[in-house]
Amino acid sequence: MRYLPLTPDDRRAMLATIGAPDVDALFRDVPKSAVVPLSAFNLPDTQGELEVDRAMSKLAARNVAAGAVPFFCGAGAYKHHVPSAVDHLIQRSEFLTSYTPYQPEIAQGTLQYLFEFQTQVALLTGMEVANASLYDGSTATAEAVLMAQRVTKRGKAILSGGLHPHYAETVETVAGLFGPVERTPVTPGSAEDIIALIDDQTACVVVQSPDVFGLIRNLRPIAEAAHAKGALLIAVVTEIVSLGLLEPPGAQGADIVAAEGQSIGNGLNFGGPYVGLFATREKFLRQMPGRLCGETVDAEGRRGFVLTLSTREQHIRREKATSNICTNSGLCTLAFTIHLSLLGEEGLTRLARLNHAKASALADRLAALPGVELVTDAFFNEFTVKLPKPAGPVVDALVQKGVIAGVPASRLLPKDKAAANLLILAATETNTDDDFDALVNALKEAI
Amino acid sequence: MSMNNQGRPSGSGEAFPASIATISGDRGLDHEEGLIFELGHGATGVDLPDVQISDARLGGARRKDAIGLPGLSEPEVIRHYVRLSRKNYAIDSGLYPLGSCTMKHNPRLNEKMARLPGFGDLHPLAPQSTTQGALQVISQLMNWLTTLTGMPAVAMSPKAGAHGELCGLLAIRAAIAARGETRPRILVPESAHGTNPATAAFAGFTVDEVPAKPNGRVDAEALKAKLGPDVAAIMLTNPNTCGLFEGEIVDIARAVHEAGAYFYCDGANFNAIAGKVRPGDLGIDAMHINLHKTFSTPHGGGGPGAGPVVLSERLAAYAPIPLLVAGKDGLRLIENAADAPDGAKPFGRMCAFHGQMGMFTRALTYMLSHGRDGVRQASEDAVLSANYILASLKDVMSAPFGDGPCMHEALFDDSFLEGTGVTTLDFAKAMIDEGYHPMTMYFPLVVHGAMLIEPTESESKHSLDRFIHVLHTLATEARAGQTARFAGAPHLAPRRRLDETAAARKPVLRWKPDPLKAAAE
Amino acid sequence: MSEVRYTDQHEWIRLEGDEATVGITKYASEALGDVVFVELPASGKAVTAGGEAAVVESVKAASDIYAPAGGTVTTANSALEAAPSKVNEDPEGEGWFFKLTLSNKDEFAKLMDAAAYAKFVESL
Repeated sequence: MRYLPLTPDDRRAMLATIGAPDVDALFRDVPKSAVVPLSAFNLPDTQGELEVDRAMSKLAARNVAAGAVPFFCGAGAYKHHVPSAVDHLIQRSEFLTSYTPYQPEIAQGTLQYLFEFQTQVALLTGMEVANASLYDGSTATAEAVLMAQRVTKRGKAILSGGLHPHYAETVETVAGLFGPVERTPVTPGSAEDIIALIDDQTACVVVQSPDVFGLIRNLRPIAEAAHAKGALLIAVVTEIVSLGLLEPPGAQGADIVAAEGQSIGNGLNFGGPYVGLFATREKFLRQMPGRLCGETVDAEGRRGFVLTLSTREQHIRREKATSNICTNSGLCTLAFTIHLSLLGEEGLTRLARLNHAKASALADRLAALPGVELVTDAFFNEFTVKLPKPAGPVVDALVQKGVIAGVPASRLLPKDKAAANLLILAATETNTDDDFDALVNALKEAI
Repeated sequence: MSMNNQGRPSGSGEAFPASIATISGDRGLDHEEGLIFELGHGATGVDLPDVQISDARLGGARRKDAIGLPGLSEPEVIRHYVRLSRKNYAIDSGLYPLGSCTMKHNPRLNEKMARLPGFGDLHPLAPQSTTQGALQVISQLMNWLTTLTGMPAVAMSPKAGAHGELCGLLAIRAAIAARGETRPRILVPESAHGTNPATAAFAGFTVDEVPAKPNGRVDAEALKAKLGPDVAAIMLTNPNTCGLFEGEIVDIARAVHEAGAYFYCDGANFNAIAGKVRPGDLGIDAMHINLHKTFSTPHGGGGPGAGPVVLSERLAAYAPIPLLVAGKDGLRLIENAADAPDGAKPFGRMCAFHGQMGMFTRALTYMLSHGRDGVRQASEDAVLSANYILASLKDVMSAPFGDGPCMHEALFDDSFLEGTGVTTLDFAKAMIDEGYHPMTMYFPLVVHGAMLIEPTESESKHSLDRFIHVLHTLATEARAGQTARFAGAPHLAPRRRLDETAAARKPVLRWKPDPLKAAAE
Repeated sequence: MSEVRYTDQHEWIRLEGDEATVGITKYASEALGDVVFVELPASGKAVTAGGEAAVVESVKAASDIYAPAGGTVTTANSALEAAPSKVNEDPEGEGWFFKLTLSNKDEFAKLMDAAAYAKFVESL
């Protein structure tokens, strides 16, 4: 086996040093009946690299990659161009094959990029502090609600109907154990009356902007209403590139920002791994979940970085920890940090404007089709249209024409009859005019 | 004879005195590197068109202030991160004996496969007719995991080990609620990973600790005495965090089940027994599998991981959405509870989309490469290597649980350092100067000054012998009172010991522009 | 005339009139290492003997501080928030945590005196 360095001679010599007759003697604490023969596993035997490559490539070929066709899916995961340097750098052995930086003297590489990442996330979101990442946007949102419950010592969480339904379900699954989680009705393309639900039992209000239909939401009045009742505003961002163009949640009064960072540096990967961004106000620092990297000096006075405020975490605080999280999104944070470093201020703002311009042009073309109505009038790079017939079958019909047209709202909201004809589309810098032509022509025929 | 009198000296010359500071601050290949924010100067690393847009469709929410990101060109960004990378220790550059963390070799074929456009560039909500190959990967991986563990079902979406623990406990919670009972308490051995009690609290349970016996195993009698109608589950790691197999596990499982509770197993150490022992045969109800440990998806400096959870017949119905089912048109993901097949009672959803697909492709590639025989050989080699280290070092270091064999990791305590003035920390830091990453220190908590060494199956005998020689010599020197190399170690790393007290007392968690400089601009 | 008593959890409590001051012992502060953070009770908080009243953290450990006797918190030593190192420098003086009025002085009387505590520490 090409990955196992020990030879039969090595094994014999090592057993002799140990004083064991065979390797099974080392498993003597395992009940005899529990050690099963190899034949108990109905699985294949070792294969060479060529054979495995062939088998996996065959499976990959059965999928339609986003880059292979005119492609318009968003709804929480976005197709962007990632510069070649990003993937090259994150595959360097020293990044790829290192562990959590628990020995700072020999992990300054990881620690310094985490410090850079935390700074980038704080700047982008307009918040004071950010952690070193959580798993993804949805789990970051759930952690934000749990944190709000701890900070306010209240249970109730109010979720906007415009919050990505997968995020809402993730929050309900964990935060529902500690208090009631209420979801406002879904109102595609318009803001809901979420303020009326805030009372003095409310721990937090969770609002996504741009929301799952692409609508840009004004967080200010919601922040003010929440604060007036002693509740926190949690702002959710699933398309982080939007913050290159839009006012950050921190400037609008958000207390916690939970975001998905996939769009910067990370591929679509069929849903994971992604990178959860988590930022908040300095006063809530000790209630934050996840790892934090901090600046300090070494014994010779040189600047260096360490994991810090670890007493919040499970390996020290155990059942009193702020979260159970251990492994986070390490390498995905590095991809995010490198891509954002390549973009810089000018690159990110240009990228954001380009995305909006593309989406705006596509929205105009679709709205001009007879029977198609633009539902979202304020959006970043994603918007919703109402088709004259159910969107699910239309998307399936367009697959046959070689176009992946977007996400039917019914896939996320199967019980919501009003969502049946809605199609959520994203356009990014990767879309060309040819893509638009293909979509518009195919859609014209399908409806 | 013509002579080139400009020949350069080719001897090694004098040693460079450590006391002389270099002009640049760099030392050979070790470069001092500023933060990206300090290096930026208004350049750009991407070429994008400068499109102007109207505010008409921005809902009045256009950003008013600059973000504050630095601008650098591609060569500058590459140099910066390459320089940073060189300050990291990595498996690829040396033995990484972190107990409990399983730092084994990460095959590069796995990386290549995960980047095939059909996997890496696949949207999670693309029409399912266009993602059948990805669903096949998940299905095949599920088959490997259930077959290797002897369990009937597996929930694939948890994103890491601790997330898998949460998934398992929420399934247990749902199963108990379905019986019309409330059981608020979870039993956790004191040797457990910190995630176990943290997860139990996270899932709304109270935690009751079970003591360990002097032989490093959980006290089964104490555990049984704590069982009762208010106990939801026990969480046991096996092999446990001392690197020992819990031999009474079948008996414990029986008692747990008789008390109406469930048996959660922390599968962090499955890599010791994979392909040889099936947890399902031991009476386990739920166990997460760290794909980033046992199945070698790279640790990446702290993530991402993946933590699928295998479930027993008693818990299978409660697995969270999404569910994967086979239908007439191929495989289908059930993404909404309302669409769940008959008998399924999903407790909820762990995260958006379907889990860590990028880790699934890597883990399946690992499994196909190893095969069942390779998986079994890897487990045996990991156990053999740990025992070789234990046997080779126990004359100078102290093994707290005697002469018996260990599983995949060798545990030592600090009693061999007693009276030497050298602490576990000093000992570990001295290893850095010797070119090694230290072992796991001060864990598990049941042993004083613990040092937990996990060599994995990826080391050659030559590599193990060299490692043993270094540790043996360090221990011998410490005990002989030759302690110079331990005080204040490491001396030869990119940084000396860092002031963690200062970092925690006055946290500096982000870069901020120098206020004087900013004012001047 | 003040009187100091100790708990087996390494808190000290000094009674002066009706008011008692609570902190952690020198032994505890040395065992903890460098203190980096304290979480103090709000004044007016009711505490019971043996109940959690404050938290003290070093870099690698977090410990609860229990009220040695029941009562109501009157003041907390907010100076520790800015300078937690006082807990190491002067644990039984400037490094005090909070003051409280006792609800039952019998609880105080039952605690160890200095000699008993010294003996207790020696036995550890």
